[in-house]
Amino acid sequence: MEGGRAVLALHLGVLGLLGALQFLLPPFHHGMVARIMVLAAYAIGYNLLLGYTGLMSLGHATFFAAGMYGAGLTIQHWGFGVAAGFLVGVVGALAAAFVVGVVTLRTVGPAFLIVTLMLAQAFYLATLYFNEITLGEQGFALAGLNVTLGDWRLDLARPAVKYNAALAVLAVCLLGSLALVRSPLGRALVALRENEERTQLLGYNTYRLRLVAVLASGLTSGLAGVTYTLLFGYVGSTFAGVLYSIYPLLWTLLGGAGTTLGPLIGTLLMTYAVDVASGITDAYLIVVGAVLVAAVLWAPAGVVGGIRTRWARWLP
Amino acid sequence: MGHDAERAVGISRRRFLAAGAVLTAGAALPDPTAPRALAQTGSSPLRLGFQVHRTGIGAVYGRWYERTTMAAVKLINEKGGIAGRQVEIVAEDDGTDPKRGAEVVEKLATRHKVDLIFGTLFSHVVIGSAPRAGELKVPYLVVSEGYHVASGKLNRYVFQPGITDVRAQVTAVAPWILKNLGKKATLIFPDYAFGHDHRDFFSRVATAQGGTIRALVPIPPTETSFTKYFPRVPADTEVLYHVMVGPGVLTFVKEMGEHFGTRRPQIFGFIDSLEGVDLASPGLDFLEGTYFWEAFPRYAGPNTPTHVRTYRERVGVNEAGASLNDPKDVSTFSHMFGCWETLYVIKQAVEKSGYKKPGPADYKALIETLEGIQSFGEGLEHPQGPKRFVGSLHQVFGQQVISRVQKRRLEVVHRTAIEDSMYPPEADYTKQPL
Amino acid sequence: MDFGPHLFLALLEGLVGAFVLALTALGLSLVFGVMRIVNVAHGAFFMLGAVVTWWVSTATGSFLAALLAAPVVVGAVAILADRLVLRRIGYEPESTIVATIGLLYILEQVVLMTYGPYARPVAAPIYFRIDFPWFGYSGYKLVVAAVAGLLLVLAWLVLSRTTLGLYLRATQQDREMAQTFAVPVERVYTLAFGVGGGLTALAGALIVPVQQAHYLMGLDALLMSFVVVILGGLGSLRGTVVAALVVGLSDGVISVLFSPTLAKIVATLLVALVLAVRGRGLFGEEAA
Repeated sequence: MEGGRAVLALHLGVLGLLGALQFLLPPFHHGMVARIMVLAAYAIGYNLLLGYTGLMSLGHATFFAAGMYGAGLTIQHWGFGVAAGFLVGVVGALAAAFVVGVVTLRTVGPAFLIVTLMLAQAFYLATLYFNEITLGEQGFALAGLNVTLGDWRLDLARPAVKYNAALAVLAVCLLGSLALVRSPLGRALVALRENEERTQLLGYNTYRLRLVAVLASGLTSGLAGVTYTLLFGYVGSTFAGVLYSIYPLLWTLLGGAGTTLGPLIGTLLMTYAVDVASGITDAYLIVVGAVLVAAVLWAPAGVVGGIRTRWARWLP
Repeated sequence: MGHDAERAVGISRRRFLAAGAVLTAGAALPDPTAPRALAQTGSSPLRLGFQVHRTGIGAVYGRWYERTTMAAVKLINEKGGIAGRQVEIVAEDDGTDPKRGAEVVEKLATRHKVDLIFGTLFSHVVIGSAPRAGELKVPYLVVSEGYHVASGKLNRYVFQPGITDVRAQVTAVAPWILKNLGKKATLIFPDYAFGHDHRDFFSRVATAQGGTIRALVPIPPTETSFTKYFPRVPADTEVLYHVMVGPGVLTFVKEMGEHFGTRRPQIFGFIDSLEGVDLASPGLDFLEGTYFWEAFPRYAGPNTPTHVRTYRERVGVNEAGASLNDPKDVSTFSHMFGCWETLYVIKQAVEKSGYKKPGPADYKALIETLEGIQSFGEGLEHPQGPKRFVGSLHQVFGQQVISRVQKRRLEVVHRTAIEDSMYPPEADYTKQPL
Repeated sequence: MDFGPHLFLALLEGLVGAFVLALTALGLSLVFGVMRIVNVAHGAFFMLGAVVTWWVSTATGSFLAALLAAPVVVGAVAILADRLVLRRIGYEPESTIVATIGLLYILEQVVLMTYGPYARPVAAPIYFRIDFPWFGYSGYKLVVAAVAGLLLVLAWLVLSRTTLGLYLRATQQDREMAQTFAVPVERVYTLAFGVGGGLTALAGALIVPVQQAHYLMGLDALLMSFVVVILGGLGSLRGTVVAALVVGLSDGVISVLFSPTLAKIVATLLVALVLAVRGRGLFGEEAA
């Protein structure tokens, strides 16, 4: 593991750079990057499944939204504090991941894709069906959230708090995913992606491996959902819809599936592409579409994937 | 004002002179007839952030909101701008998505540094964006007709001064429906908060006045086919009350006609079910003789007042409420006037409060001034009609119109009074800190 | 309404829905089966078919002309997309998903800019209302179901009785083997993508008089087609049709018993469970 130190240094460097950027960025970009970091954590969760286990899901919005509703509903209806809401959200996402994991255990390829899609649709419809509680499509706003520890009070509305909270969550997810993919478990997952039968012959319980992968992925995505809700103060079923399952797929593939930094880069590029294009032209979706087509034509392994193939084979 | 002059001195003699001219004109600032040339050289433009649904399911509304806004701004600028400053619109698409909506509010406030933000329609975008507006402490004036502002769910920075909310609309028209169309009602509505406001407030008024609700038929927002819902309407229903939004509205109304045929009960709909849709579309003949709520009559007639005619001309709609350039391009007439009126509310509030630039002090003055306003008179600035503004609710109340479909046009049969739409307040934003 | 007529209506509606769904999914099924790629722009092709139909029938006043034009135009767009993008990326599954999402965005935005955000109606070419004793029903919907059924039979005949069908089936079963037997695989791919797009457009065209053309109408079509194709089993035309019937009828019947949203939830979970237990779908091949 000669490259091990360099890899860790690279990841810490990226996080350090993001940490330093908050002092340089003008207010608008400050807010943008804070949001991107949370969404990147979502994509990192997605990548654990697609990139390292080889399972393409179209239902990750369920995990994101389970975190969102777990935190949002308990804060809204039961007056939970931020910390308690956070905990409920994370547990909720984990529970959702467990259900999805168990149901999809024996499906492969397109069937996995569709089963996750169907379960996510059911979840989305459920958020609409129970709209007396969830307020459905319209959703609800959470305002004035803060964390108090004795005399020490953190107001989540403050930009610096948002930024650093987002950074902390991203750091946990990024380093966590790095640690996971470099662990024996991570290597077993990659083996599973490459050849399931052989992994079985090597003595692994592939069902258990897959379940663990879904749980890790769902937990990370849910963490992002909880954070998003707490920092940006909105809960609504839009986030459980299929588009929010497609987004992390897009970000991950654009950045590079199966690379630890890919999801972050992909989220950053895509979010800014939408923002910059919408400033220039009304037809910004054409620009986004063209970027996607161009990316697959000239960078089919994603940005980071392309860099890895060409210049830096040591990238995880 | 003094501050402006000081800054100008440091820059150039010409700017100084210009600023001086504004100072001289200062006494006459609220006068909308201030000479145009002076206004243009006088100071920087007032920049208004416009959060618009250019894409996504709100795009039909968004397109007409934008046209109405541009027409109003053109007129305001021709007449000297706001407080002598030309108005500049900074429009940004939110894709009718609450996440993007919050980003747009951020972008308008922190990157474009606009003076205030207005124009949002769809409730979920409003509710997703409003917390950010509150945190960034920028006034956010929505044109949504949702009951979210007046319910007290949002914050001190959010206003709805240009359009009556759904609770008020329902409260105003429900007694007329019971009295003229029937006491046994069945409601068909979209199964989310906007529809629930219809369900709850209509049921409340109806049962209090001796009516009965025979059935409630909620329709999920994802639905594209409606035939299977109509069997849920009980046979003894006297009046069917419907409200739908989104791209499926025409299908909904058509399939309702196919289902009931000539054996239909009385039908009362909210024009939301047909905004942006031509009443002469194929399959809508059965609507003949049914009734609609309108905020503002889509079809012009001999009784249309002059200021309304001017409004229609400036926005670019013909006698049938469709675009002058393309008669197939039907407007969202009962909603878009809200943008026009909101801009004139902004004009009034900015001029009265002496608002100059973004910042806590000027925003405080602007918000408190706005909260102090009590009514708007009918005229070119408020073409839909006179209005009462309730500062503690941040919500405006106006007259409602009931129209009947006759020869594939809507003819006004009843106009409610402003008082008919008032309800006991459930919020007081003025108690929140700024 | 009484339970009997209500159930009858639900069955009728479910059956009509099933035929339209089967036709809508047919193009996706073909592409999925032959090329082994997920075409996310499938819904956009459906929408484009509907929009072209509005344009042509408004311009010419003839619905029939529109019905012919829609598949041709959309088929051409699909072939172009295949030549310019998909072939160049070697039909790599993941890249194809990203590329077709890109295509979806481009098509939707182009339609929004030219056609606008409106849901525009087209008058049905044959319009009559059937007056049952308990309710009325659109006769055109029955016509659509019949035409869809006819097209499905036609597609089956082409696949099973012609050289083209032979090529398609051979490529689907084993690409390399087909190549050694001189099947022009690349051209078969392009053709499959074009024909798939055209068929989808045809479904879009038929549905316009019922549903109007709207630039966002593709998402629902895409999701439902996905479900049907995979539930039916990869590359099985028969499976696609049976799955469409199952989904359409179960949605209709369950919606009589429960609220329609609950019906959708139940139907969705049902599909998930069937697939979870039998991963290759109802009629899928072993090696899917």
